[in-house]
Amino acid sequence: MSGRHSVVGRNLRKVDGFKLVTGASAFTDDIHLPGMLCGKILPSPHAHARIRRIDAGKARALPGVHAVLTYRDVPRVPHTTAGQAWPEPSPYDTYLLDSKVRFVGDRVAAVAAETRAIAERALRLIEVEYEVLPPVLDMEQAMAPGAPVIHDEPESTKIYDASRNLAGHILREIGNVQEGFREADVIIEREYRTQRQQHCPIEPHVTICWLDENNRLVIRTSTQVPYHTRRQVAQILELPVSRVHVIKPRIGGGFGGKQEMLLEDICGALTLASRRPVKIEYTREEEFYMARTRHPQILRLKMGARRDGTILASHMRVLATTGAYGSHSATVQGNTGSKVLPLYRAPHMRFECDVVYTNAPVAGAFRGYGCPQGFFAQETLADELAHELGIDPLEFHRRNVIRLGDVDKLSAQLGEGKEGLPRVIRSCGLPECMERGAAAIGWEKKRGAGRSGSGNLKRGVGMACTMQGSGIAGIDWASAFLKMNEDGSFTLLAGASDVGGGADTVLAQIAAETLGVTLDKIVITSGDTDFTPFDVGAYASSTTIISGGAVRKAAAKVRAQVLELASKMLGEPVEKLDCAGNEVFTVCECRKAVTMTDVALQALYKEKLQIMDGASHFNTDSPPPFCATFAEVEVDTETGQVKVLHLATAVDCGVAINPMQAEGQVEGAVAQGLGYALTEELVLDGAGRPVNPSFLDYKMFSAKDMPKLTTILVETEEPLGPYGAKSISEVPINGPTPAIANAIFDAVGVRIRKLPIRPEDVLNALRAREAGRVEEGAAK
Amino acid sequence: MKTMQLRVKVNGEPMEWSIAPGELLLDLLRRHGYYGVKRGCEEGECGACTVLLDGKPVNSCLVFAAQVECGEILTVEGMARGDRLDPLQEAFLDHGAVQCGFCTSGMLLSAKALLERSPHATAEEVTEVMAGHYCRCTGYLKPVEAVLAVASKKRGKR
Repeated sequence: MSGRHSVVGRNLRKVDGFKLVTGASAFTDDIHLPGMLCGKILPSPHAHARIRRIDAGKARALPGVHAVLTYRDVPRVPHTTAGQAWPEPSPYDTYLLDSKVRFVGDRVAAVAAETRAIAERALRLIEVEYEVLPPVLDMEQAMAPGAPVIHDEPESTKIYDASRNLAGHILREIGNVQEGFREADVIIEREYRTQRQQHCPIEPHVTICWLDENNRLVIRTSTQVPYHTRRQVAQILELPVSRVHVIKPRIGGGFGGKQEMLLEDICGALTLASRRPVKIEYTREEEFYMARTRHPQILRLKMGARRDGTILASHMRVLATTGAYGSHSATVQGNTGSKVLPLYRAPHMRFECDVVYTNAPVAGAFRGYGCPQGFFAQETLADELAHELGIDPLEFHRRNVIRLGDVDKLSAQLGEGKEGLPRVIRSCGLPECMERGAAAIGWEKKRGAGRSGSGNLKRGVGMACTMQGSGIAGIDWASAFLKMNEDGSFTLLAGASDVGGGADTVLAQIAAETLGVTLDKIVITSGDTDFTPFDVGAYASSTTIISGGAVRKAAAKVRAQVLELASKMLGEPVEKLDCAGNEVFTVCECRKAVTMTDVALQALYKEKLQIMDGASHFNTDSPPPFCATFAEVEVDTETGQVKVLHLATAVDCGVAINPMQAEGQVEGAVAQGLGYALTEELVLDGAGRPVNPSFLDYKMFSAKDMPKLTTILVETEEPLGPYGAKSISEVPINGPTPAIANAIFDAVGVRIRKLPIRPEDVLNALRAREAGRVEEGAAK
Repeated sequence: MKTMQLRVKVNGEPMEWSIAPGELLLDLLRRHGYYGVKRGCEEGECGACTVLLDGKPVNSCLVFAAQVECGEILTVEGMARGDRLDPLQEAFLDHGAVQCGFCTSGMLLSAKALLERSPHATAEEVTEVMAGHYCRCTGYLKPVEAVLAVASKKRGKR
C-alpha cells in the first residue's frame, strides 16, 4: 500500500511532536493569566443526602475568596454531562449544583480564591447540614421494591423509570432465540461480572475560564468534545452559544473520560460570579471518583450451538450501573449488545439490558464503550462452548465469525439510543488476523499442550476475536476547511479533537496526500470553536474515518482550484495535470510544471483569489475494525498469580494512514486492557467511599509489568474510509481480558468469570476444583 | 507571607528566586514558566514531574523548593539546543514514542540520566527506569525502543 501513496501509509513524525518533546506550553494548564483564581469543589462526604442547610457566609468573608456558589446561586437546568450530539440520548438528570447529593464526591459547593490554600480553607468554612439518606450501593438491589429513589426530583427528563432507579432499558431481538435453543445440541449459560475501571489520564481534568475583551466566556479545557461542551455550557449557564468560545489545546490523554462536560460549567459559573479568570484542576484523588469510570456490569450469557460447532442462538442479559447520573448510560450498554453479539453469524440473538442508578461514582464513556464487558463474557463463553464441543477455539471462530458481505441486522435495531442503521461488512481482515495472531503466539504447538510448564508454574494460551465501529452511523459528522498560503503551504482548520492519539497528524497526512504536497506544507489548527468548523469530537473511533473524510473532501475541492489556476498558467487542460511533491505538472512526455508557491503567488497577488474551500462529511454506516488477540500466560498454582508472557494483537484497521501511530494505539489499548483484566479496580467501601483513589493503591501496568507484545496490522481497504482507512483506537482493548481468561483455562483448567482476575480468585478456583466441587456451576 | 531567597541553576542559567515556605519544586518551576514539568499525581507515583537535580532524576512534587539551594536543575526545556534536539528527543519522535506527550518530558529526563550513567544501557535497565513513569497512551514499548535505539547508537560510536 505504501507504494501507492507518498504521504498516506508512511511512518511520519507527529506534526505536534516537536513541541511535545521540548516541553513547550501546549496543554491547558500551561498558561498563567493575570489575576487567575483557583477554583475548588466541595465534594459530598455522603453517598446519598439532602442538604438541609448550607451557609457559605464564613467562606465568603475569608480574605482572598472571590466567589462561593451553592445551589441557591446558580440556574437549575436539567442536563446530561455526556458529550454527545444534540439531542443527547442520555437522561437529563444532572444539575450544576443541587440540594441533593447522590454519591461521595458529588458537588456541594464551589469556591474561587486567590490561592489553592485559601480555596481549600474556604471549603472547610462552608457549613452544611445534611439529612443523610439510605444509599443504594448494590446494583442488584437498585430496582428492589422499597429501594431508596435516587432521582426523585421532578424536573429530570428522559429517565426510563426514575421510581425504580432505572436509567435505561433495552430489549432487542433478531430471529427467535427460543427457537434457536430448541435446535441446539449444546447450550451453555454463564454469569460474568466486571468492575469499575478508571481512565487515569496522566493529565487530570483541568479547565481555565475567563472573560475576553468582548465579555465572552472563553473556556480552555482538556476535552474531547469542544463543540458539545460549548453547547452544553451555554445551556447550563443560560448564555447564547455565541457568547462561549471553547479552546482545546493539547490534551494529556482522554480515553473517553474527557467525552464529558465535566468542569467547564462550574468553572464558567465561578468566572461569571468573580469576573476573574478561574482554573479548576482535579487532583489525582478527585480524578478517581469525581470524574468518570467504566460501567460495572453483571452479564448473563446463554449460547447454543449445533454439534458441528455452528452457533445458533445468543441471549445476553445485562445489568449495569451508571452510578449516580446517567451519563452515556443507554448508549454504552447498547454497544455491549450491538457491537458484540453480531461477531457471530447466529440467526437468533436477543439482548436485554437494565441500567440502574446507584449512589456510586458516575460511569461514562471509556475506550471500548461497553464492548470490553460484552466481549469478556462472549469470548470466554465461546471458548467454553468450543471446549464442550471438542473443537479447537481457533477453528470454532473460523466457522462462526462474521464475513465480508454479511449484514449485521442487530445494529439496525440498536443505534445511538434509538433505531440505528444496518451494518454491511465491506472490508474484513478477520480471518487473516486470526491466522497471523495464531502464528505469532505459536497456537498449534501450545494450545492444549497438556498444562505445560514445570512444577507449580503452568503455561497456557488463549484467544479472542473482537470488533468495534468507526464512528456512529448517521450521527457522527465533521467538517474541515483549507486555505492556501503564499509559500504553497495550506492551513487546515479542522473541528476534530486530537487528544494525544495523533489525529492532527493523520488529518494532515490525508490533506497532504490529496493536495500533492509534503506533510510540512500542512499547518493544522484543530478543536477551537471560534476558528475551526464543527466536529462532534473525538469519540466512537470516528476521527480518522469521519473527520478524515471531511478533510479529504475539502482537500479535493481545493486541489481542483489549484489545478484550475495551474491549467491557466501552463496553458494545459486540467485533465492533463496532476500534483505531487509540491508542484503541479503535466502528465505527458513534455513535462511542464509550476510549483505550489508559483500557484499561490499567482492566486493571491495576480488573480486576487484566495484558494480555499471546506467540506462536511458523515457516513450512514460504521465499518467495524476487527481484532484477534492471543495471550500466553503462566499461572502459579501455589499463589494463583497470573503472569502474561506474550500478548499478540492482529488488527484490521483498513489502511493505516500512519502505521507507527496505529501500532501505538494498539499497544496503549493493550496496556489498558491488561490492567482491566488483572489489576485495575476502583473499590468502594460499604458507605460508597472510594478505598483506593491513588496511583499507590490503584494498580496500572508499568513498563516493568508489560509482557512481550506483538502487534500485527492486517491491511484491508474500506470503501467508506478516506484512503481505505477504518478505525483502530478502541478495538484492541476488548481482547486481552477474554484471551487471558481463556489462557488461564488452558494452563490450569479453571474458568474465571469475574474481573479483575486476582490471584486469590484463581487460587480459590483451583482449590474449589481440588476439593472436588463441580466448578462449572449448576447452570449447565 | 514570609518568603526566602533561593539560588539555583536551571538549565545552566543562574536564578535567584523568592520562594514560600513549603513550596514544592514542581510549583516553583511551573510558576516560573517551566511548563514542561507536569503535574500528574503530586504523590511521587506517576513521574510526570521528573527533573534532574544535580544529574539525578527526582520527582519535583516530592522535593521542597528550599532543598535545591545551590543545586543544578535540568528540565526538558534544557535538553535541546535551539532547534537541535537531543538524540533522545529525536528518537522519541522517530519511534512513535510520543502520543499525548504529557509523560514524555519525565521519560526523556530519566532516560538521559540513565544514558549518562550507563551509555550501553540494556533493555532491562531501560525498562527499570521507565517503570518510574506511568504512561496511559503508549503501552511503553515504543518509549523503551526509542531509548534503546539511542543506547545502541552510542555503543556503535565507541
